[in-house]
Amino acid sequence: MARLKELKQKVVESQLWRSMFRHDYLDTPRNRVLQIMANVWLHLHPPKIRRHAIKIRFTWCMGGITFLMFLSTVITGVILMFYYRPVAEYAFADMKYLEFDVPFGMIVRNMHRWAAHGMVITVWLHMFRVFMTGSYKPPREFNWVVGVILLTITLLLSFTGYLLPWDQLSIWAVTVGTNMARATPLLGSEGPFAQVVGVTPRYDARAFLLGGTLVGPPTLLRFYVLHCIFLPILASLLMIVHFWRIRKDGGISGPM
Amino acid sequence: MAEAKEGPGAAKRMTQPAAATKPAVADRVHVWPYLVRSEFICTIIVGVILTVWSITIDAPLEEPANPTQTPNPSKAPWYFLGLQEMLVYFDPWFAGVVLPSLIIVGLMVIPYIDINPKGNGYYTFKERPFAIATFLFGFIFLWVSLIITGVFFRGPGWNLFWPWETWDPHMVIALVNVDLPAWGPFKWLGNPKIFGAEVIGLVLIVLYLSTAVIFYYWKRDTNETIRQLGPVRYGIIAVLFLTMMGLPLKILLRLAFNIKYVWVTPWFNI
Repeated sequence: MARLKELKQKVVESQLWRSMFRHDYLDTPRNRVLQIMANVWLHLHPPKIRRHAIKIRFTWCMGGITFLMFLSTVITGVILMFYYRPVAEYAFADMKYLEFDVPFGMIVRNMHRWAAHGMVITVWLHMFRVFMTGSYKPPREFNWVVGVILLTITLLLSFTGYLLPWDQLSIWAVTVGTNMARATPLLGSEGPFAQVVGVTPRYDARAFLLGGTLVGPPTLLRFYVLHCIFLPILASLLMIVHFWRIRKDGGISGPM
Repeated sequence: MAEAKEGPGAAKRMTQPAAATKPAVADRVHVWPYLVRSEFICTIIVGVILTVWSITIDAPLEEPANPTQTPNPSKAPWYFLGLQEMLVYFDPWFAGVVLPSLIIVGLMVIPYIDINPKGNGYYTFKERPFAIATFLFGFIFLWVSLIITGVFFRGPGWNLFWPWETWDPHMVIALVNVDLPAWGPFKWLGNPKIFGAEVIGLVLIVLYLSTAVIFYYWKRDTNETIRQLGPVRYGIIAVLFLTMMGLPLKILLRLAFNIKYVWVTPWFNI
């Protein structure tokens, strides 16, 4: 032990070490606070937190895991975008290319898919936990509303991504899912009061969503743009609000 | 906006933010290292699980997309199978558009209609039995169990199969469902010469919804909770609650009595 301490002393006092780290780190309350406040990534946290709030039994860590899942899909998603073209002629071939030719392509795709499914589950569990602890109650009402919007965006992100492999599974799942839009009251060609409004299969809510009357190449491009640009940006903006509001609404909830 | 129109609850609410931000110094610990440490460990564990999962289980990829060949059954992504399952019991405009919208809106208004100040920030069932029971019923019994049914128990023709049963695409299921106005005791009323068939359904649904109104006037003077809620909040809760309960009710009517629609009109059916 004494030898180890001696060695540490030697390393820490060497010119090389000193040139990299100008001063040592003392474990003082002030430094603990500075670690959080002076770090751009960590300063989302308050410097101090209520003791019960760090218990896994209370939070299940679900919000954090959801965010981690989101980050995983962003990183793997960007890599997938290098190899994938949202064109009906190429999309499926690119999936096969990713699967068999691209180094680690299959693992990246697997991670993207499983993290996305995981995110749907963790976001539900997060909502479940927040409801069970009554953490939507004043003053956190609005953050709950933001959370519900984020939940909806998570489902939409997952749903738009479902189409992109352009295989039988994806186009028929999306066909089933978007057929609902046809039945929208007033706006869908097969919905209640469609004749009164005069919407037709070519000009109704579903055609607007799909860019045609079928799940076809225009749909693929639409869903790709929504999946890779619009929805992630919207989700990120709302996440900023969501995290910020936790702090502003008095930190993580707990017994009064 | 929500603050403005609230009467008695407002005073109670305004005191809460102050209580939430009240410094309880003795009860606080440093985020560095106590929270950051847990987050770090959690990240590593989840990262390892995700990596191992991704190495061992491949994401599905079927035949290339073919718009001319419809698979049977065509299933939506698993997280929407609860919605697809509702299509068995309601028409698409209701199961696919109205109900999902009401789920989202209903979730959003929860903090504004639940004015019970107790149970804020800790686990309790005793102090908010109605809120928790309703949420558990909606989330576990309706949403999750319908998803499980859709994922594991639905086969060709959207017929029910056990997971170990082989899917028989030619299974014949007799369609014996009838509309409520043409069923049993309502049959004689359903004669369009006496009543329009649509009037029966309208009356039944108005009766169903009016239970909430009757309950309101019956309990208003004796029940403190209902008095505090006020007519607007109570009305929102009642509509959302009765709509939610409409689903298990319709499931029951369909499975036990083969009722197809309760309310039949030329424009829409429920």
